This record gives sequence, structure tokens and C-alpha cells, in this order.
Amino acid sequence: MSASHTLSQGIESMEVTTVSDRLSRKLVRNIKERAIEAAMFAAASISVLTTLGIIWVLVSESYHFFEHVPIWIFLTDTMWTPLFSEPRYGILPLLMGTLTTSLVALGVAIPLGTIIAIFLSEFASPRVREVVKPFLELLGGVPTIVYGYFALTVVSPVLQYFFPSLPGFSMLAAGLVMGVAIVPYISSLSEDAMRAVPMSLREGAYAMGSTRFQTASRVVLPAAISGVLSAYILGISRAVGETMIVAVAAGMQPNFTMNPAEPAQTISAYIVQVAMGDLPHGSVGYQSIFAAGLSLMLMTLFFNILGHVIRRRYREAY
Amino acid sequence: MTTTNQTLPTKAETRDFNFYYGAFHALKSINLPVVEKRVTALIGPSGCGKSTLLRSFNRMHDLYPGNRYQGSIVLHPDNTNILDPKVDPIEVRMRIGMVFQKPNPFPKSIYENVAYGLKVRGESRRSVLDDKVENALRGASLWNEVKDRLHAPATALSGGQQQRLCIARCLATDPELLLFDEPTSALDPIATANIEELVTELRERVTILIVTHNMQQAARVSDYTAYMYLGELIEYGVTDDVFMRPKKKATEDYITGRFG
Repeated sequence: MSASHTLSQGIESMEVTTVSDRLSRKLVRNIKERAIEAAMFAAASISVLTTLGIIWVLVSESYHFFEHVPIWIFLTDTMWTPLFSEPRYGILPLLMGTLTTSLVALGVAIPLGTIIAIFLSEFASPRVREVVKPFLELLGGVPTIVYGYFALTVVSPVLQYFFPSLPGFSMLAAGLVMGVAIVPYISSLSEDAMRAVPMSLREGAYAMGSTRFQTASRVVLPAAISGVLSAYILGISRAVGETMIVAVAAGMQPNFTMNPAEPAQTISAYIVQVAMGDLPHGSVGYQSIFAAGLSLMLMTLFFNILGHVIRRRYREAY
Repeated sequence: MTTTNQTLPTKAETRDFNFYYGAFHALKSINLPVVEKRVTALIGPSGCGKSTLLRSFNRMHDLYPGNRYQGSIVLHPDNTNILDPKVDPIEVRMRIGMVFQKPNPFPKSIYENVAYGLKVRGESRRSVLDDKVENALRGASLWNEVKDRLHAPATALSGGQQQRLCIARCLATDPELLLFDEPTSALDPIATANIEELVTELRERVTILIVTHNMQQAARVSDYTAYMYLGELIEYGVTDDVFMRPKKKATEDYITGRFG
């Protein structure tokens, strides 16, 4: 009797306190949760809004530019002379400058980056890796303007020593140094992808009598191929968008050529030149940088999407 | 299983074999014969060292730092001590195949998986490769299931098929000794039955050493059984004897399920 009485009393009192307690606690919790959620959403929105803003500026300003310069002339004319009294706006010379320097850079960065990644992931002892990795990260952290002057004042003269006909500014020198600048990105992402390959695959390869190199090249690299390819794509995007190295070392004249032994201007270097004040604001020439910027963005967007597709296509389920 | 007397030739044997993971003494003075063209099962509770012992036969422990072998594992008929530092582990692995716990086909086509070992050994003649791949797949009773899609990715196969592919991958190079490390622990009962049947068929062709945590499996597929506990070989003998008339109390306790 008395036991059941105290029990029911207990339940009653418990209910009274807990309901209000729970409600108030829930209220505080909800407000806190909402606030955190809102803060995170705002943070995420900033990146989306910035991207949209950039696209809006590029597209609207380019629209004004294309009102003066027909888009087919922009895409087919072989001269880019916005500073001349009779300006011509053909993007092709700049595009070729961008492509040539990028190709030279990737010719350096892809083989070198892949070899370094294979070495670090499959061959290097932990101690060697501990020494090499910080150096690579350092290489990736060097400001590109420093690379630019390195290309101009060291690499160019060295190249000229071997090829006396090479001009002081050349896409070759800029591309080579840009390649070195991109190596850390390719090697570190590729290495991550290769180290993510499960040990059981390596053991299987070794158990078949493979050497280290056979294991690395025939089993680990193919298993990590989606990650390695996206590392390459990132490298391409960086090469296409790279600015300071080419602005300093490749020369500043648009040049309708794909010969790396000649000086040329890239899209990004042209934007720097105009943005630094060579053309009056509001002029057609000034607006041309937005059309150039839009072309550049479309190119990197294309490579990013390509990278996404490749990642999906070759993703390996271990 | 057929039980035969102990005078059969041995394919390999461990002699006073000790193994250390760093300072941890994982295997203690193991003396184990592996009878030629027979199936030897290693049983024992988790952590008893049976996989460690199996992985010593193809020097898998070389891949990780801090491991140390002591004593010898002799491979017949040429009396090669597998553990001799002068012996190239790659040479050892060329003669000894291994099937792992989890199927680990390479990220290549079915055909390329089976041809892998041959290519690593320098074989590049298309007709030889085609023949050996087909024979190996038949040997692993996988041919009929994959003959129409030899160039499909191996990862598209089911778990049981992948494990048989891994067996075919070993068979293609005609190993003298085949190591199985709990080959059915990741498979469903039907796939397990297929693998067990395969092991029974293969004993005609190749010497087999198999680690299993499943005692019924050991009883079903093996001719000889070794019971291990805490890094020691407690009992070794003809499977029927070990299971029906164990000499040691510890073996009996484990087999009857009193512990483990």
C-alpha cells in the first residue's frame, strides 16, 4: 500500500518536473541547433554566391564585349592586338600560348609527379618519406612569382647556353618551371590514391612472385588509376590557370604559334597586363579581359567536369 | 579422407622454426611436415599463430619491418631452406602459390588476372597464355562460368567466383605448394562448398597447406591436421586420428568445442 503510494507519487512528481524540463531543454537545444545550422549554411552559401557572382560579372561584361566584337571573330581571328590603333580580338594566339605552356608543364609534371608518387608510396622507407614529403610540400608552397623569376633569371640563361638561339623570354622556360611547380600537387594526390590501395592487393601481387616494381606498376597503379587521373586533371587545371610564371618568363606579346621556343602571352598573363592598367576602364579593350577570363574559366570548368567523370568511371571498389 | 602411412614423401617441413613479430615470440619451435600431394590443415583458436606459420612459407612477413625468422623451412626435393637470407623470396613465391582470406583479384580482366603470374615470369606468347589460362580456369572449375566474358573486369564476379579466380591465378603457374589462408571465411555456404570440393580435387595435382578456423572444414578436406595453440604445435597427425582419437587433452578440448 504505502509502497504503491510513494511510487505513484514519485511518478507524478517526476512527470511534472520532466515535462517542463524536457520542453525547456528541447527549446534551448533547438535554438542552438538552428543557429549552428544557419551559420554552417551561411558559410556554404558564401562559396556558392561568390562563384555565381564571378560568373555573373564575367558573362555580363563579356556580353558588352561581344556587342562590339562578334563571337566568331573572337574565336577565329589569329591576331590579338587590343593596344593597337586598329585593335583585333582573336583569342587564338592567347589560347595557343596557354596550351603550349601547359603542355610543356604537363610533359614535366605528369611523368615526374607519377614517378615520385610511386617511389614514395611503394619504394621509400618511412624515414626517406619523412624527409622527402616536407620538401615537396615546400615546393608546393613557393609563391609562383618566385618561380617566375627563377624561370627568367636561371632556367632561361641555362637553356640559352645549350640552345643559343632561344630568346630570353620563352614558353619553354616558363613551361618547364611551371611543370616543377605543379609536381607537388600531382605527386601528393597520386601518392594518397596509391596508399589507399589495400595491402591485400599488394600481398596478392607479391605472392605471385612479382618484384616491387611489377607490384607497383601492374597492380597498385591500375588500382589507384581514378585517383591518379584526377590528380592529372587538377594539374591540368592549375597549368591552364597559372599566371605569374608565364607573365614573368614567357614574354608579353601574343604570338600565334605553338613553338615552345618562342615567347608568347597566355590568357592569364594578358588579364594581368590589362588589369595593371594598360587600358582605360570601360573601353572595349578593357572589357576584353572578361571575355578572356570567361574562356579561361570555361576551360578549367571543362577539365574539372572531365575529372569528375573519370573519377566516377574508373572508381575501383576494393 | 584417405589415410595413409607416414612414409609418404614430404614436400616441405619446418625445422625448429621460431618466428618473432618484433619482440613478440609468435611461433615456438615448430616442427611440421607437409606431405606431398596431400592436404594438411592448420587449426587452432584465433591468435594461435596458424596464419603466421602459413605466411612464413612464402616469406610474406618480409613485406613488413621488424619480423624475424629463426630455424628453417625446407622445401623438397631440392632441400632449399626458404628462410635462408641468400634465397630470393621472389624465387620462393614463384614456386609457392597463395590464396588469401578475402578474394583479392587484381583490377584487371578475368583473363589478365590468370595470365598475370605467367607474364611476370616472362611468358608472352599468346597461344601459350591462352592455353594456360583456359586450363587454370578449368582447374578452378570456373571456365564454364566465365568463358564468354574473359575480358570482363574480375571485380564484377561474385565473391565465390573471385576466390576461385584467385585459385586459378595460382594454378596457372603450376605451383609446387599451394597455401590457403582461411579461403572461405568471407564466402557464403554454397561458395564455401565449391571451394572445399575444389581443394579435394586439387590434392591430386598439388600439395596443399590450408589454415581454417572451421573444424568441420578441416575434417572434410584434409588428410593431415595440425592443432596449434599459443604459438606452439600441440598435435599433428592423420586427420581422422586427430579428430577421433586425439592424443592430447588440449586438442580434444578444442575439437569437442569445450574452448576456442
